[in-house]
Amino acid sequence: MISAGEVLETNKMIGEENLDVRTITIGISLLDCADSSLERTCARIKEKIWHYAKNLVSVGEEISREYGIPIVNKRVSVTPISLVGAACCKTPADFVQIALALDEVAAETGINFLGGYSAIVSKGMTHADELLIESIPEALSRTNLVCSSVNVGSTKTGINMDAVRLMGRIIKQTAEATRENDSFGCAKLVVLCNAPDDNPFMAGAYHGVTEPDAIINVGVSGPGVVKHALQSVRGKSFEVLCETIKRTAFKVTRVGQLVAQEASRRLGIPFGIIDLSLAPTPAVGDSVADILHEIGVEVAGAPGTTACLALLNDQVKKGGVMASSYVGGLSGAFIPVSEDQGMIDAAECGALTLEKLEAMTCVCSVGLDMIAIPGDTPDTTISGIIADEAAIGMVNQKTTAVRIIPVIGKTVGESVEFGGLLGRAPIMKVNAYGCADFVNREGRIPAPIHSFKN
Amino acid sequence: MDRSIITVTGRNKVGIIAKITTELAAHNVSIMDITQTIRQGIFNMMMIVDTSGSDIVFDELRASLGALADEMGVHILCQKEEIFDKMHRI
Repeated sequence: MISAGEVLETNKMIGEENLDVRTITIGISLLDCADSSLERTCARIKEKIWHYAKNLVSVGEEISREYGIPIVNKRVSVTPISLVGAACCKTPADFVQIALALDEVAAETGINFLGGYSAIVSKGMTHADELLIESIPEALSRTNLVCSSVNVGSTKTGINMDAVRLMGRIIKQTAEATRENDSFGCAKLVVLCNAPDDNPFMAGAYHGVTEPDAIINVGVSGPGVVKHALQSVRGKSFEVLCETIKRTAFKVTRVGQLVAQEASRRLGIPFGIIDLSLAPTPAVGDSVADILHEIGVEVAGAPGTTACLALLNDQVKKGGVMASSYVGGLSGAFIPVSEDQGMIDAAECGALTLEKLEAMTCVCSVGLDMIAIPGDTPDTTISGIIADEAAIGMVNQKTTAVRIIPVIGKTVGESVEFGGLLGRAPIMKVNAYGCADFVNREGRIPAPIHSFKN
Repeated sequence: MDRSIITVTGRNKVGIIAKITTELAAHNVSIMDITQTIRQGIFNMMMIVDTSGSDIVFDELRASLGALADEMGVHILCQKEEIFDKMHRI
């Protein structure tokens, strides 16, 4: 029988420490929606998404009420649209029509975001991939709920530098296209290396071609819970520290597992994976930077930060894998700047720089995330930042990503407010030295020697 | 068996348990376990109940307890037991 202490502990995690399930994401294959007619493709896409996702929001709310656990987001991820639209889209404007159709059906279902306006171009780009990428600025400026991602490299294929160069320009054009809203379009666009097929988190979620027709993936969260647990072991050994993180990650993941199973049962869609991520929010106390502080660094970015993050990321995984048989997606600690009050403070006081964040991405679960930079940063410099991140991912066989926002008209010392879960970002300084001659070389960086495992 | 956990917290006053148990009985909800403490004037109670014989659905039970909570000025949560089981039992 459950004891009063256990009930109290769970409810304290939910009520005071911001424990929540961050997202239930339905992955939907749109491969069978492809048609030579753009109109028919759009109609089929809307019909299929509606079929699988029409009850997602109500079922999510029902589960939330019954167990008393907030489920913050309900989302959909779809097959990379460059594949779905390849047969019917002859221009970037054709792809924009698909983006508008996705946005329309997403709004009808009431979901928070839809991901998969994507192209997977790790080795090369098809004509359709190029058209989709060219359409991203307009697509993101004319839609509200659509998220876009481009995978430009992998450990197996190397880095497609033509795509990296192109994305530097596309990010800037997206920033320009949404300059009225502080270049908000770039918050819905991420460039990845080693992107997983089953990620439930935005903006990088898409439904990979290795996946079934539809699947439920759940992303858990809980930085506040980990931070609170660590407050009780201040000054204790690393063994005690690690044990505490693992124990907490286990409990958090079990809640995600329950929600995933229930959502799967009630929606009649198979369960895919749990993504064990510590995803911070701008709420005070719900911060990965605060956990690093609790482990022992004065401010995130101080010497020792990378080691703290490596430890945290690993213990979260070790605690989580025992709580669910199917773990996937990104799984680890996220270090977005704008979505984490502790990171914002660290960036504002000068403790946290872009270079330190890059080092941290070697050991966290993703990459440079939600970082605002001056709007006049050259395209080639943005491509250089993407190439650096992709290289870290490629060599270390992990997912890395860049979600960077060149805020048009703003510069270092100013900040930008995105609101809600996306938070507020101080504009961070970018190294002023150029890399144009490097970025402008054509072709790709070969796969590293340790990728040849056959 | 369809078990839920009801927790009540708030400033102590006469009749909190009486009102809640009357409401549960009216809807044929069976009480399986109950613990209650008062610390520094704050009332804390946890009840494990079985709703399998109840004449109302879970959401209605939750709503009726919510109305009682407003009336008495206390905080009442009603959650299905699995969330606690999953988190604290391997």
